[in-house]
Amino acid sequence: MSTAHTPGAQAAVKASTGRLAVAWALVGVPLAYGVYETLTRVAALFG
Amino acid sequence: MGWLDRDRTIAPPGFNRWLVPPAALAVHLCIGQAYATSVYKTALVKHFGASLTEIGVIFSIAIVMLGLSAAIMGTWVDKNGPRKAMFTSAMFWVSGFLIGSLGIFTQQLWLVYLGYGFVGGIGLGIGYISPVSTLIKWFPDRPGLATGMAIMGFGGGALIASPVSTALLKLYDPNSNAKGWVASGDSVGKLFLTLAVIYLAYMLFGAFTIKVPADGWQPAGFDPTKVKAAKLVTTENVSAKNAVKTKQFWLVWIALFCNVTAGIGILEQAAPMIQDFFRQSDGASLVSAAVAAGFVGLLSIGNMAGRFAWSATSDVTGRKRIYMVYLGVGAVLYVLLAIAGSSTTILYVALAFLIISFYGGGFATAPAYLRDLFGTFQVGAIHGRLLTAWSAAGVAGPLIVNAFLDAQGTPGKLNAASYQPALLTMVALLVIGFVANLLVKPVDARFHEPRPDRERSNEPAMEA
Repeated sequence: MSTAHTPGAQAAVKASTGRLAVAWALVGVPLAYGVYETLTRVAALFG
Repeated sequence: MGWLDRDRTIAPPGFNRWLVPPAALAVHLCIGQAYATSVYKTALVKHFGASLTEIGVIFSIAIVMLGLSAAIMGTWVDKNGPRKAMFTSAMFWVSGFLIGSLGIFTQQLWLVYLGYGFVGGIGLGIGYISPVSTLIKWFPDRPGLATGMAIMGFGGGALIASPVSTALLKLYDPNSNAKGWVASGDSVGKLFLTLAVIYLAYMLFGAFTIKVPADGWQPAGFDPTKVKAAKLVTTENVSAKNAVKTKQFWLVWIALFCNVTAGIGILEQAAPMIQDFFRQSDGASLVSAAVAAGFVGLLSIGNMAGRFAWSATSDVTGRKRIYMVYLGVGAVLYVLLAIAGSSTTILYVALAFLIISFYGGGFATAPAYLRDLFGTFQVGAIHGRLLTAWSAAGVAGPLIVNAFLDAQGTPGKLNAASYQPALLTMVALLVIGFVANLLVKPVDARFHEPRPDRERSNEPAMEA
């Protein structure tokens, strides 16, 4: 789309990407921590 | 509070729909704490001088309230939009912790029942259904994937809350280094206060991130005619009031009830069950308590992964077929578990892992199944009513397993054979669920909402 090349549109895309990264990190990091902690317990099954 | 209204949450052009799943996850990860109550269960037993059953009632009230509030508030959630619903859920959930902590500090167990159980349980129900309808509207091309992502959060919430709660209890209790340590009531009260603050922040992040699509919005490249081509998928809409009058709603209710009851049968007994399955003739088990705890952790991961993976797969296979797998293959796996589960631990663990992944998948695929059958109009409200199957299964599953096990002997002396009657009962239940799912056909046109572009627009949808 031609509008995506305008400075305003590019700034909006960058803001959206940044917001997306922050939003996913806010939920992804705790979830990854929880899975990691659980897997350390699961290790006892195969240890 | 007009800033919470649905009209104020309509997404501007160019809004990235991938911001919606983390908003939904933020809420589900918080309310998923409900499955991590075992962390402080013993501490509350000691603090209140109560029995395990009396403390277990806190969780039971919360789950019953989840089902009731989801069923009763579903229409309100659909009407007022996800932001107001998430905000309201946050207020109830956080208030539940605050009232609960007051009950702990003042040694009033009834306040914990009222707070965490009753008030918090309302937050659970509203929070659980709050993002469902919005996700389905943002992802008409992949509804199973979208709802799977959110509902996976409910399974994942306990994985986070368990280690965090344990660490906080150790931090708040000066005696945490003592041998045979059980957390003090004071530290559990402080834990509740801390969780209230963290969950408030996260849930408000979800509430203020979520947006609803503008009317008529469709994702780029989405072809609705392909959706229409699938036999069971409707482009019509059925109201929640009419949906509960259809055969299809109750068939899906039975399928979900049977799937959840069977899964809970294993989940509730997970740790003692694996030890009993590998009990030797001298009464000792080949499986230690630490290994059993690892097994419970693995089931939690299977539950969470199944919610995402199977629900996402249902976008390709179709909802009816994936439920045939949950219920049909699930029944076969249960038979294998009953007759050959005690042969090797690897086989036992693999079977249980798959069964629990089907249990999680059943939950996560349900909203997309309802969307296929009843349209998007009031899918959140219909989903809320369907969740009464969960409440019923939460009572029936443990009752069935405990009744059979009580008849077989005393805990600590059971073996694999003691579980066969309970497991085979679960097989029968899964077969009933399989048949119910098989009978699901498209909803009769008389239940459809009128459409303005059609002659029958003056004709109201069937009312009773």
